Amino acid sequence: MPDSLIALYVFVLACFIGYYVVWGVTPALHTPLVALTNAISGIVLVGALLVTGLENVGTAAEIMGFIAVLLASINVFGGFLVTNRMLSMFKKKEK
Amino acid sequence: MMELTANTQALAYLVSAVLFIFALKGLTHPRTARRGNFLGMAGMAIAIIATLMGANISSYGFIIAGVAGGAVIGAILAFRVQMTAMPQLVAALHSFVGMAAVLVAIGTFLNKRAAGELNAVLMGELSAGIIIGAITFTGSVIAFGKLQGILSGAPVKFSGQHALNAILGIATLALGVHFALTGSLSSLVLMTLLAFVIGVTLIIPIGGADMPVIVSMLNSYSGWAAAATGFTLHNNLLIIVGALVGFSGAILSYIMCKAMNRSIINVVFGGFGSGDSGGDSGAGLAAQKGVKSAAVEDAVYWMEDANKVIIIPGYGMAVAQAQHSLKEMMLLLEARGVEVKFAVHPVAGRMPGHMNVLLAEADIPYENVLEMDDINADFPSCDVALVVGANDVVNPAAKTDPTSPIYGMPILEANKARQIFFLKRSMRPGYSGVDNLLFYQDNCSLVFGDAKDTIEGMVNALKGTGH
Repeated sequence: MPDSLIALYVFVLACFIGYYVVWGVTPALHTPLVALTNAISGIVLVGALLVTGLENVGTAAEIMGFIAVLLASINVFGGFLVTNRMLSMFKKKEK
Repeated sequence: MMELTANTQALAYLVSAVLFIFALKGLTHPRTARRGNFLGMAGMAIAIIATLMGANISSYGFIIAGVAGGAVIGAILAFRVQMTAMPQLVAALHSFVGMAAVLVAIGTFLNKRAAGELNAVLMGELSAGIIIGAITFTGSVIAFGKLQGILSGAPVKFSGQHALNAILGIATLALGVHFALTGSLSSLVLMTLLAFVIGVTLIIPIGGADMPVIVSMLNSYSGWAAAATGFTLHNNLLIIVGALVGFSGAILSYIMCKAMNRSIINVVFGGFGSGDSGGDSGAGLAAQKGVKSAAVEDAVYWMEDANKVIIIPGYGMAVAQAQHSLKEMMLLLEARGVEVKFAVHPVAGRMPGHMNVLLAEADIPYENVLEMDDINADFPSCDVALVVGANDVVNPAAKTDPTSPIYGMPILEANKARQIFFLKRSMRPGYSGVDNLLFYQDNCSLVFGDAKDTIEGMVNALKGTGH
């Protein structure tokens, strides 16, 4: 099986996981869900690292990679931290 | 530094993907949610470290600078942002993912071209990544502008809009195909620019009332952009994460549309809601229209003696920052033995779950905050329904008037409460521009004024009459 077909398998199966996991999320946490998915979509950082860190990378690609690393990092750090801040506010009633 | 083999790296990515799935799973309940978020952080850390230790990375200068800069900016944004401004922050972050995906795709093209490793499949995948990323970027920028009030929330519509979108879409795809087959740089650049334009033309016709759908939709796009990047880089982790995020956003969009009884097509092409319906008129006009108004004291009198009060917050509560005063009022009423609940409609606010976060910010326990389906049965037995900055979501016209634009939308059935107090700044209608039939009910009184001032007035009155 060629690589791109394996990738397609992974993609389709992951879609099913996403479907079932996300339906389980309580509506009260939909804003943290958006923020958290935002943070994890910062995974494009991995792509940005691969572009930037390549040996003999050209200047243009390096600059683009750098900006991509910066933007994706803002997402990763901003996303996880703001999710944590929100979630820490959801408290049970003190008895 | 020790170098990871490709296989070890792939295993690390698998661990990371599993951690991300558990992170989302954690959000099933507020009790497990923070742990979920930490698992997500761990997954991200593993992914980044495994990537940096792989054989493909040989220069670190720009990487360290970028990550450090991003960490500082991200942390500042996360700690500074007000909870009311969460939709704007999310829109901004979506735009970053979109732009990063575009830059990664173009950077990958340049690297592969220099190495002579281009082929049609790869360039097709690159095109997909660039198109989705670019639409996510400009779409999110427009959404940010609308949420922040830089751009008008009103839908921008002109004749031939759908035709223009269709032409732009076809032209972009054609350029993408041409690029994939020839590797032409000018096709690539033109395709990218057109995709940026599509992001704008797709979002401007969507009105302010549909912001929760836009935010969810762009959330979904940002996921698909990450997945497309994964296809170009043959990176399964990116594909998995992209699919998870893409589906998450898609499901949220579906939930939001369902809560408005509208199809996604209707939201995207419908142009609903004016964003800001003008006209400021208070009690005078209310009386003309046969609507009763009440003073703060009347509402307090009713609530003190009630067994059960249900508060219905909406975007107006967020704008007025009234959630903290509401908490104080809740405590005062509870001290008098009154049961106080909050009823949240799925599309209240500007993004999914917006009200829940604001109420949590004010330290209102989540057990007191109920979703529409869980609370609607309680309204007939409730003495006072207090509407704070919500409007369309309690409009009985959605049930009774088949000619109403919001007919069929599920609502919070505040109309079934014994007495309704409706906090309102003016007589202007809600975002949908539809008149609220609730106002004309005999047991509904409007309390005019800024939501926060009014609630503070109630708090003071409650303190004054302490038993």
